[in-house]
Amino acid sequence: MIPLYFYLLVAAALFSMGVYGVLARRNAVAILMSIELMLNSVNLNLVAFWRYLAPDALNGQAFAVVVFAVAAAEAAVGLALIISIYRNRETVVAEDINMLKW
Amino acid sequence: MTIDLKFLVWLIPLPPLLAFFTILLFTRGSKVLSDIVAVGAMLTTFVIAWFVLIQAVFFTPHLGENPITSQFVWLSLGPSIETSFKTGTLIDPVGAVLLFFVPLTALMIFIYSTGYMASGSYWTALVEHGRPELALDHVEHERADHPEHTNEDDPNASAGHGHDKVIYDSAGRRIVKFDATIWKARFMAFISLFAGAMLLLSVADNLLLLFVGWEIMGACSYLLIGFWHNRIYPDEPDRITPAKAAIKAFMTTRVGDVFMLIGIAWLYSFTGTLSFREIFSEEVLHTMAATPALPSFGIGLSVAGAIGLLLFIGTIGKSAQFPLHTWLPDAMEGPTPVSAMIHAATMVSAGVYLLIRMFPLLSAGWTEGGPLTVPMTAMAVIGSFTALFSATIALAQRDVKKVLAYSTISQLGFMVAALGIGAYVAAVFHLMTHAIFKALLFMGSGSIIHSVEHGEEHAHHHGHHFEHSFDAQDMFNMGGLWSRIPVTAWTFLIGGLALSGFPFVTAGFWSKDEILADAFAHVPVVFYVLAFSAFLTAFYTMRQIGLTFAGAPRTHAAEDATQTDWRMNLPLIILAFFAITAGWIGIPAALNPLGINPFHEFVGGTLLEHPETLPFNWFPMLTSIVVALLGLGVGWAVYVRKPLAAGEVDPLKRTLGPLYTLFQNKYYMDQLYEGSFVRFFAWFSKTVVYEWIDRGLIDGLLHFIARGTEWLAFRNKDFDTYVVNGAGDELAEGVGNLGEAFKYVQSGRIQQYLAVAAAGLLMLAGVFVWAFFLR
Repeated sequence: MIPLYFYLLVAAALFSMGVYGVLARRNAVAILMSIELMLNSVNLNLVAFWRYLAPDALNGQAFAVVVFAVAAAEAAVGLALIISIYRNRETVVAEDINMLKW
Repeated sequence: MTIDLKFLVWLIPLPPLLAFFTILLFTRGSKVLSDIVAVGAMLTTFVIAWFVLIQAVFFTPHLGENPITSQFVWLSLGPSIETSFKTGTLIDPVGAVLLFFVPLTALMIFIYSTGYMASGSYWTALVEHGRPELALDHVEHERADHPEHTNEDDPNASAGHGHDKVIYDSAGRRIVKFDATIWKARFMAFISLFAGAMLLLSVADNLLLLFVGWEIMGACSYLLIGFWHNRIYPDEPDRITPAKAAIKAFMTTRVGDVFMLIGIAWLYSFTGTLSFREIFSEEVLHTMAATPALPSFGIGLSVAGAIGLLLFIGTIGKSAQFPLHTWLPDAMEGPTPVSAMIHAATMVSAGVYLLIRMFPLLSAGWTEGGPLTVPMTAMAVIGSFTALFSATIALAQRDVKKVLAYSTISQLGFMVAALGIGAYVAAVFHLMTHAIFKALLFMGSGSIIHSVEHGEEHAHHHGHHFEHSFDAQDMFNMGGLWSRIPVTAWTFLIGGLALSGFPFVTAGFWSKDEILADAFAHVPVVFYVLAFSAFLTAFYTMRQIGLTFAGAPRTHAAEDATQTDWRMNLPLIILAFFAITAGWIGIPAALNPLGINPFHEFVGGTLLEHPETLPFNWFPMLTSIVVALLGLGVGWAVYVRKPLAAGEVDPLKRTLGPLYTLFQNKYYMDQLYEGSFVRFFAWFSKTVVYEWIDRGLIDGLLHFIARGTEWLAFRNKDFDTYVVNGAGDELAEGVGNLGEAFKYVQSGRIQQYLAVAAAGLLMLAGVFVWAFFLR
């Protein structure tokens, strides 16, 4: 059987890619996608911990479902905001959307 | 009687006092209304006073022993009501005499004043260039707006508040014509207060209340003598101005008043009371006469004597006796009704009245025929000296009012001398008759002046022209007025005869005769001095009448003089009636068809010991007839038989030579005082008090404190600016700079924020790992 840390390593790699994407990508849609990556790496962790450490309880799966729901809502709001910004400013580059400053 | 007399007495001084406030507060804008208020109030007082008088004289038996009194506690002093200071009213025979003549003359003067003040809606004052004057501010202001009206009597030059006018005479002097309505109303207010104060003094039952009335009169005389306070005489630099005369009168009487107040205080501390009736009890008087004063000056001065002398000094000031007489002639600068009020009926009478009131104290220890007490001696000496002294001055005066002023001083001297030799009743009698006929004479002289002024205006056709050179009071500018102003002339003649003591008919004869008779019986020296003064009196009176009325007019003004209106004539006629008849009540017993001297019986009842009636002596009676007739005769021969022509010098000047000059210059008393006191005190007050003490010391101290305070204030300001404000500003600026420096952190780039957050998180994680696992 595949040991638990394999899953944890995959999830950590996935999370790191998400972080990198959030910090480094210029496209706001890509940033949104990177956030989805990070959320999914967390889900992977939750499910892995449930399967290996507490298979009798449903907590891990329930948490994962809640995270899906939050991710879906977040993606919907996030995309709506980006479309709205795009209509006003004709850009989706994150560093150009900097009106809220000193 | 449904109304209690003693309460009615309180009402006597009240109406004029109320009239004073009413006029000043409400009716001063209207002359007619103010006249009505003043005369109405005085008439009310007159009716009440004479009602009380009639009740007191005819329906109160033994008024001397049972006077009409009422008292209340004024100041609660000490433990009981006995030690409290009580005040009240007292109508005894002497008070009744005052109730006879004070309201009468005052009422006449009030009516006369309404007429005297009626003519002319302006009063004129000449104001020197560049000289700041009181009450001219608004006029000054207007003048600056109309600089083009500088030379002529231009109707457009009217100015300012009211209807004051500014005009300029040919010499470029500025003349202000004041709208006179408010001044006339003010005049009525002042004489109302004056009359109220005199009546208060008349009904007072103690020295303090008397002193209150006395001092109010002093203030009123200041206000009234200085009534034309803007008037100056640029053509006669030596002539005293009304403002200065007012100050002189006030200051001179003040000298006497201070001594009087000391006397009152001493009396109160010695006896514990100021009530006349309590002081004049036999034992109090006896104690006072028996206790030697400290110091007694080696003449056995008793406490009674010392207090008497102090009070007498008060009288010297108020009744213008030598040496404090100089204010009275200068007080003639006031309007004529004031002269009548101050110098006949009221203020100067108040001085003699004080002596009459205090006679039991002044004469404590004296028995009829015995040696005189110290104050009595002083009174006899000063009184008879003053009588002679000022009679001689009156001989050589040119001003119609000044003759009367000196005559007043002289007649007051008669009264003071009479009291000094113990002729109590005679003094009261002469006080009464003199008040009436001297009021008559003063008002007569005012009427003459008024007529001549009108004649002068008439002669110049247009009254706008301001004449300085003509003096309407100078008798040498008159003459021939007899047919022109007959009412004034007849009444003035009656007054003059009363003053001279024309035998048997006039009031002045009987009262003066009584003084002479008493003097002859007790102190012959005084008799001879007074008899000679009486001769001079008759002579200068005839001189005055001759110069004024006899012969042909010496100026155009006198030629055009016309009789004044009824308001000025009626009082003259009424007073002329009393100037004759008032003397008949005091005809000596030997000549009296009643067989007694009713006045003597009545007034004598005031004293504890009824003064004895002198046996009739033909010699003083004959003397007073002879001196009066001789004086009048000589005066007639000199001034009436050969009336003075225009420009002619006084024949008396040829006869008397240098003496005339001496008399005319009033024995140089004014110059003496000027040189000895006035100049020194003027220097003292200007240099020492004003320049050194006030400007130097007090102002210096004040300025020092002010500068110190100012210095402190500036230091305080610096502290405020640099420390308090500085700290606040620096703090605010520092915070501002800090914010300016750090605001760039807020770049608006979301990825930067996240990077920082991630870095922070990593650091925290590092710390956490180090703290929990590696340590």
